[in-house]
Amino acid sequence: MRNPVSDAIVGIKPSGIRKFFDIVTEMNDKDVISLGVGEPDFETPWHIRDMGIYSLEKGKTHYTGNTGLIELRKEICNYIKRTQGVSYDPVSETLVTVGGSEAIDIGIRAMCNPGDEVIIPQPSYVSYEPCAILAGAKPVIIDLKEENEFRLTAEELKAAITDKTKVLILPFPNNPTGAIMEKSDLEAIRDVIIENDIYVMSDEIYAELTYKDKHVSIVSLPGMKERTILINGFSKAYAMTGWRLGYACGPAEIIKQMTKIHQFCIMCAPTTSQYAAVEALKNGDSDVAEMRTAYNQRRRFLINAFREMNIKCFEPFGAFYIFPCIKEFGMTSEEFAQRFLAEEKVAAVPGTAFGNSGEGFLRISYAYSIEKLREAMKRFARFAEKLRAEQAK
Amino acid sequence: MKMEEELLAIIEKNSRIDLKELAIILGVAEIDVVNTLQKLEEDGVVCGYHTMINWEKTSIEKVTALIEVRVTPQRGQGFDSIAERIYKYPEVQSVYLISGGYDLLVTLEGKTLREVSTFVSDKLSTLDTVLSTATHFILRKYKDHGTILNEKTEDEREIVTP
Repeated sequence: MRNPVSDAIVGIKPSGIRKFFDIVTEMNDKDVISLGVGEPDFETPWHIRDMGIYSLEKGKTHYTGNTGLIELRKEICNYIKRTQGVSYDPVSETLVTVGGSEAIDIGIRAMCNPGDEVIIPQPSYVSYEPCAILAGAKPVIIDLKEENEFRLTAEELKAAITDKTKVLILPFPNNPTGAIMEKSDLEAIRDVIIENDIYVMSDEIYAELTYKDKHVSIVSLPGMKERTILINGFSKAYAMTGWRLGYACGPAEIIKQMTKIHQFCIMCAPTTSQYAAVEALKNGDSDVAEMRTAYNQRRRFLINAFREMNIKCFEPFGAFYIFPCIKEFGMTSEEFAQRFLAEEKVAAVPGTAFGNSGEGFLRISYAYSIEKLREAMKRFARFAEKLRAEQAK
Repeated sequence: MKMEEELLAIIEKNSRIDLKELAIILGVAEIDVVNTLQKLEEDGVVCGYHTMINWEKTSIEKVTALIEVRVTPQRGQGFDSIAERIYKYPEVQSVYLISGGYDLLVTLEGKTLREVSTFVSDKLSTLDTVLSTATHFILRKYKDHGTILNEKTEDEREIVTP
């Protein structure tokens, strides 16, 4: 028989998360505390869920237009206007997608010709690299550095640019590091982007979860709106991961091509989710504020816990992750994560699942109650002490 | 959110939280937490630290009643003095002045139905200013003080996700 599968797909290595997931699942141990989850622990606020239910009761069970409900697209544009001061046209510059993930995929496909280079700063979310490869583009990785708090610098960007560079992925606030790019950081890379005439895909799915100043989008800088695809969604801000709803805003000519792919692959994003999302954008601000306060409390709790353990960790100001450095223990991230799981029954994802530059780090999610985190940190402290004692021998 | 407001929101849900941990999660010094709490107690903002008990899960019998009370307000004192006469009874748990069809909402806890009805007929109805009462017995508490009772909370999430 002929080989039934595509060489291109076979060539893509499975997500490092998956491998770790299998190890944890195999343990099948009720005592395992997981710090490995990349989604909110909160349930979707009730008024949003209620609106989804209401839409079903009213028989809103059909397709919507390809680009999404116009009411939702208008609310999305209102939201960007009020948070970033940037106006998008809901008709030609806005597309509702199945999660931010779909927007990443079709955005890269809509922008890249075979051989174009896509710059991907890492550590970062797992899908950019495979999406670029599947689009026939060439991923070019920038290894972000802890001494820069995992922010992208103009020098790093400059060094990665070639005459083939087409798109820069800008994944901030960042999963897995929790890093943010402040306005001055964005201003520093802006000139490099414009001088080299490259496009930006700014994945701002964690935009609502920052703990210093309000998130600043690169689209708010002069000259950037016309060369940026802004991606956001409802999963993180409104705890709506299961609803699978995101969106992209950008120049009409890119959105038009993205809509074509979306139309043929997806048709439209789930209708129930779209009605719920309208409610989220209209009346969800206080829910977001409440969740942000809770995340911030946990963030402070973890920063303090690692400080007390004397484990090196920069202070993250975004998302819901903290990225402690475990290099002192002389193990790879994977070894550390596996031993930590086996010996203390805590699951934390090795930094290498998010790129090679995650080596020596661990992603700790704080989408968990303080009670859970307290127990997990107790175990972490015990484990660190044990490892230090081993090293001292 | 102001520190004081955030602190109140936390201790309203968990009054047993360790002061050191409270300071850490609020991002302030422990002494600030101690001072703020003390002031809130002195000002009567924080007026008690209670425990929420789901009595249904114990073998102890208790009945709770909500009583609507219509009264004649008194010259110069409005509803205050009649409210006081009612809330001084220890079995009375809360007294609210209410807008709408009646005046005071009284919640009452007793051991038995008879005990509650005796209180209503002997003590409450016989007050001069009370015009009428309507007593509602609570059959089941689903949610109290923002807490859903008898709710199982399980983490529905996959154990590791990107």
